[in-house]
Amino acid sequence: MFTGFMINAWATATIAAIVAGAVGYFVVLRGAAFPAHAIPKGAFAGAAGASLLGINTLIGLAVFALLGALAIGTLGRRGRQDVVTALALVLMLALGAAFLSLTTQYEPEIYSLLFGQILGVSTTQILPITALGAVCIAAIALLYRPLTLSSIVPEIAEANGIRGYRIQIAFLIVVALATTMTVPVTGALLIFSLMIGPPAAARSFTSRPLLAMALSVAIALITVWAAIAASYLVNWPIGFFVGTIAALSYGTGRGWATWRRTHTGTRPATAPPRQPATDHA
Amino acid sequence: MHQLSAAVFGPGFFASPQVHTAITIGAVVAIVSAVTGVFTVMRGQSFAGHALGDVSAAGGSGALLIGLTPLPGFVGAGIVGAGVMDMIGVQRLRGRDLATGIVLGAAIGCSALFLYLGTTTGAATGATQQILFGSIFTTTPGTITAVAILGALALASLAAIARPLLLATVSPDIAAARGAPVRLTGLLFMLALAVSVALSALAIGALLSTALLIGPPAAALRLAKTVPGALATACLTGVAATWLGILLAYDSYYWGPGHHSLPVSFFIVAIIFATYLATGLPAARAARRQAAGPAAAAADRGRITA
Repeated sequence: MFTGFMINAWATATIAAIVAGAVGYFVVLRGAAFPAHAIPKGAFAGAAGASLLGINTLIGLAVFALLGALAIGTLGRRGRQDVVTALALVLMLALGAAFLSLTTQYEPEIYSLLFGQILGVSTTQILPITALGAVCIAAIALLYRPLTLSSIVPEIAEANGIRGYRIQIAFLIVVALATTMTVPVTGALLIFSLMIGPPAAARSFTSRPLLAMALSVAIALITVWAAIAASYLVNWPIGFFVGTIAALSYGTGRGWATWRRTHTGTRPATAPPRQPATDHA
Repeated sequence: MHQLSAAVFGPGFFASPQVHTAITIGAVVAIVSAVTGVFTVMRGQSFAGHALGDVSAAGGSGALLIGLTPLPGFVGAGIVGAGVMDMIGVQRLRGRDLATGIVLGAAIGCSALFLYLGTTTGAATGATQQILFGSIFTTTPGTITAVAILGALALASLAAIARPLLLATVSPDIAAARGAPVRLTGLLFMLALAVSVALSALAIGALLSTALLIGPPAAALRLAKTVPGALATACLTGVAATWLGILLAYDSYYWGPGHHSLPVSFFIVAIIFATYLATGLPAARAARRQAAGPAAAAADRGRITA
């Protein structure tokens, strides 16, 4: 379980979980679940296009993820965010369907792009994945203050000169980068589970931003480690375990929040933390 | 005249039984999706509308695995998914998206398992693509009856709750103050949405299901000034985009030297996306005029924003 190609699996999954846990905290805070689903799923089409042209799938993923993020960000300025996200997603998927119709692509390859093929990670893939992961974490660290402020109290953020639109675009680009690096590992569909389940669970336990983010990373790590181990033992797809464990962790978090509310009478931990307005200025 | 029609409609377009089926089922699904979609877009539930397609597809692959026909799997999983989303969804918009996401993630996980088990036992070859994208040309005529009946059922239940639903959509506070059952209407709407989306996902694939549910209604809501107007515009746009897409996909076989047709979904989605972008142009012009002077913008008031 810890030899040869499995080492690559453990290493990449760990990086993916750290990034997903950290980026996912803001996905949940901003209520951006739909873009976080649409960008990876649409980027899958880019991978299909890349394999049609015979280039590295990472490049295809990156191009489509970034284009998707920019489309959602810019069109979302004038139209409704959820409508624009849905339409950008179906457009990317339709392109993917067109690409796939032009190739004689082997079915299992499509399946693994969508649902993840963690055991197929090669040593040459680890370096770009690690580099992109470091960029994502650095971007989150840089954007931490304005992102937190504009997610929780957008009006105060605007008053402090933080442009909501720019922050939104920057945030979507970070999601796109995180997507690009994690799709080869967890698949286009399940990175979404990792970005939603663990952070949502973490926010049920604490309302302090940094602590919640750390907790979110920890839950994401436990989720992927458990999923790899289970997948190795039972030989079922890792995606099944990631999806169900992430949902279970959310359920546990909600259960905990309810229990605390009824037994101690305190305010639910899910209430957004209040930051003093002068904090940023 | 004959030459023109031969150039527009590829050889054998009207004689093909597959095209007949696609035209019929496409129109039925486009109309049901457009009506449901107008409410979905107004209520800001596009994510749920999209997610239910994937959730019901997971049910479909589960049903295939245990040897059932896909229809009960699609509809059953859609209804259960909608119920769970409504149950755990906090009433605030953000909580609702989160609930949708959690259900969707779990459903996709199950999908991965079902498809994996299906392909290892060899029962469902090609299922991955079929469930992801679907194709309007592979629908059997037998599906039409089921789709039409359940679609009519979804439309009838929407019509029954239309008034309280609209009130609860436009201003939940007033609806609650008047004693309208906001929570119950929301749940009933989710169930109608689940049936409608499950049907369209089964008939035309999860991809086109979302496209037809969101695209035409969003474009219509930007153009029309009243809800009935938006409903009519959405139906017309949806049916037109579907039929044009089918025609182009059929013709695309004769375009290239390789005689390789492109998927219907690609054309329908491209048309819908272009329509949505085009309907944004008047609003953009109005916004510029508003920036120039408030009087000029007054003419554009009274629109339903979408």
